[in-house]
Amino acid sequence: MSADRPAIARPAGKNALIGERTPLIDGAEKVSGVAKYPADLDATGALVGRIYRSPYGHAEIINLDVEAARKIPGVVAIVTGDDCDVTYGILPVAQNEYPLARGKVRYRGEPVAAVAAIDEATAEAALRAIVMEVNELPIYDRSEDSRAPGAALLHDDKPDNLERSVHTEFGDVATEFANADIVREAVHDCAEVTQMHMDPHAGIAEYDVERHRLLLQSATQVPYYVHLMVAQCMKMDKSSIRVIKPFIGGGFGARTETLNYELVLCLLARAAKGKVRIKLSREETFFTHRGRPRTKINMKIGMKKDGRFTACECTVEQSGGGYGGYGIVTILYAGALLNAIYDIPAVKYDGYRVYTNTPPCGAMRGHGTVDVRHAFETLLDKMAEELGIDALELRRRNFLQTPTTTINGIKVTSYGFPDCIDWAEEASGWKKRHGQLPYGKGLGIACSHYVSGAAKPVHWTGEPHATVNLKLDYDAGVTVLTGAADIGQGSSTILAQVVGEVLGLGLNRITVIANDSRITPKDNGSYSSRVTFMVGNAALEAAQNLQKLLIEAAARKMEAKPEDIECLGEIYRVAAKQGVEMSYEDVVREALVDTGTITVKGNFTVPREYQGGKFHGAAVGPSMAYSYAALAVEVDVDEITGRVNIENIWVAHDCGYALNPLAVEGQIQGAVWMGLGQAVSEENRYFKGLLVGPNVLDYRVPTIKDSPHIEVKIVESNDPNGPFGAKEASEGALAAVLPAVANAVYDAIGIRVDDMPLTPERIVDAMVKHERDTKAQRQAAQ
Amino acid sequence: MEKSILRLTLNGRERADAVDGNVLLIDYIREIAGLTGTKMGCDGGECGACTVLVDGEPRLACISLAASAEGHDVETIESLAEGTRLSALQKSFHQKLGSQCGFCTPGMIMASEGLLRKNPDPSVEEIRTGLSGNICRCTGYVKIIESVQDAAERKAEGDAA
Repeated sequence: MSADRPAIARPAGKNALIGERTPLIDGAEKVSGVAKYPADLDATGALVGRIYRSPYGHAEIINLDVEAARKIPGVVAIVTGDDCDVTYGILPVAQNEYPLARGKVRYRGEPVAAVAAIDEATAEAALRAIVMEVNELPIYDRSEDSRAPGAALLHDDKPDNLERSVHTEFGDVATEFANADIVREAVHDCAEVTQMHMDPHAGIAEYDVERHRLLLQSATQVPYYVHLMVAQCMKMDKSSIRVIKPFIGGGFGARTETLNYELVLCLLARAAKGKVRIKLSREETFFTHRGRPRTKINMKIGMKKDGRFTACECTVEQSGGGYGGYGIVTILYAGALLNAIYDIPAVKYDGYRVYTNTPPCGAMRGHGTVDVRHAFETLLDKMAEELGIDALELRRRNFLQTPTTTINGIKVTSYGFPDCIDWAEEASGWKKRHGQLPYGKGLGIACSHYVSGAAKPVHWTGEPHATVNLKLDYDAGVTVLTGAADIGQGSSTILAQVVGEVLGLGLNRITVIANDSRITPKDNGSYSSRVTFMVGNAALEAAQNLQKLLIEAAARKMEAKPEDIECLGEIYRVAAKQGVEMSYEDVVREALVDTGTITVKGNFTVPREYQGGKFHGAAVGPSMAYSYAALAVEVDVDEITGRVNIENIWVAHDCGYALNPLAVEGQIQGAVWMGLGQAVSEENRYFKGLLVGPNVLDYRVPTIKDSPHIEVKIVESNDPNGPFGAKEASEGALAAVLPAVANAVYDAIGIRVDDMPLTPERIVDAMVKHERDTKAQRQAAQ
Repeated sequence: MEKSILRLTLNGRERADAVDGNVLLIDYIREIAGLTGTKMGCDGGECGACTVLVDGEPRLACISLAASAEGHDVETIESLAEGTRLSALQKSFHQKLGSQCGFCTPGMIMASEGLLRKNPDPSVEEIRTGLSGNICRCTGYVKIIESVQDAAERKAEGDAA
């Protein structure tokens, strides 16, 4: 921990939890193999659930015959699209997906039917006995094909296969471009990528036909949304359903919406009148997808000679897959986050979210902003070079003057961005090394930002954004009850630290119980980096409410005024009177006298003024705080193979205040590394609707051999609204990686490669083209 | 399929189980022996989450037949701790945050265990080579390398438990 970090005020002798490097409170279970993930749960007596998936990329279903399958001994239940006529989806306005296809299939791998059988072999035999007759339709892998005139419609109510187009303009774009000294444009094509969380999807559901109750345990980031959608699709009372989230093997956004297999599993359990387990294969997990869409970007920036931005115009087209999913939010984020990092007087955005015959995309880490930031930061790098201005100096000339409200209604209250840039410059040796390294070696820098929780939840109810309950009982232990989903990011640990810090207690006194809809309060879930900020604030308020009760009890017993009581955690004392004190356990006993077991609550709501402007689509982008990052990459490009080796990464991230610096570092390193995969090797490719290589070998995530050291600098700008000043720490730096790598490759070999990822093929193609172009230019000059 | 009796040592205990000839080692460990610490992260041999030690050597349980372990000594993640007292590697992965979601962790720790038994003081490059078959999607590997280094130090200082 750096000596210069802002201190948290606490009386001498009080236990410190916030700001301490704290191993995860559930870490011991993970390293010992005790932690139970959905596939590990007790499946005694459970039937095997398997899904029959469409082998067609786009087709009308003429007939689906499951009768032969049903007759196989050991097959207990079969469900098809006939068993659920209700659509689901993350956005109430865009629910166009059935758990099992009805009438039409729109991507290869879409669930069509499902079987519950006594064992794997029987379930497989049943899948083989299912016969689907179809009328095949044209398959569109890419948005340019599905948007082409005359293309068959995936959804009848969506002309041109456009799910949503967004058009916003802030500031006087035409005038500001006219004011520019240079205007430059670039076109980018960023491949689709996917989360590839380590555990293939799995779940277990038990339907009790006597009492009509359902228990679902599933790998989700948003148990509350799953609960809502299960109730909707099963036409059940929500109160008859219990949803539990066990340990899960990451999420990175894939599990921020209800997934088809979760609904299919519940339908199967009801049809089978019992317990069913589904374990998807890795291939099926790829088909379930919900990753980042392939994104085409046309970026145009206007600048004065001194490097000041005048205007930005950006067009984005996303190949979103066969169904809505998070699509509308993704295409809105892509535009909204053009703002809130630099001061740009005018910004025009045109976004097109397009249906394609591919698995639906979703809200992958850095939702919406990553590919657009790549386009912006690489064009900035080109223009800086053209103007002869250092790329970091150019950024400094465009800093926001904070606090401020951006042209699209976003409030920026804390801004450690300048410190991030200073550190990345220094740590990477930018001044001495950029442009100075031998051919093949290069240094690149880029920057990015992200929200600390969406100011408006996707499922808007008007309720507080977060609620945490605390229970204090005769054992003097504090139980934190939360619906926030710990998906490995350490959110439960953060909540324990927040509560312990306020009460001055060690983690030994605190237990977190999370994600059981029968026990824990509702939470909107783990997405948009909201948990530390929003649930952390709710935990802070809950702990303060509990402390107030304890202080009142201590004051009563010690015959003092509450304001004279000082809490040191295990000791409560009367500040002015030497030696008059009570132990924490005695205070708890006194507090319980009147009320018995104490339960208190803390809430958090994002105030209206932080929820964005009034224009159409204004709800996406606003957050109460923004994180900032600057990142430098050193690469070594092999001029024979075209392979981009990443040698070093330095990243500075403004997370407001690091509540747990160990976890913050881990989150930043993980996010940066995930961006690295997208930058150099990860790519979902399709051929006539077929996902090519849906496995861990062909989908190239970097191995430990490919991965550099990632040096992290935590910048602390102390956000005025974050819990103890904290804000986002796990997505913000991701978007900077792609452009930093591209800028470094240019520094290494003098060639701009605008598309992503920078695979050896793309680099070699670019080098060959560059050589050909250079030769042609020479010949033309002669 | 005919079942035959599979005899092996699993986590120090001799076992004899009636097992179909086509059963994979991972299914034997998870479904028959009931040890779910060993994970299945891919469709076979791609991610390393199922790494166990067979006679001290890291082996992918998802592409090994259970029958191939006949007469051998198999160790899984559950073998490392003494009761709830974590081993050096487990402590280091916990305290240095070499584990985030934790799903790759059992395989990662078993691969590290195999490495440290052969090479108690590995360089960073040797750690990278030893763990090159294990994918982690959370950490970016930085803290995994630090965890293995930390465990090597712990072991050198005699904190093997």
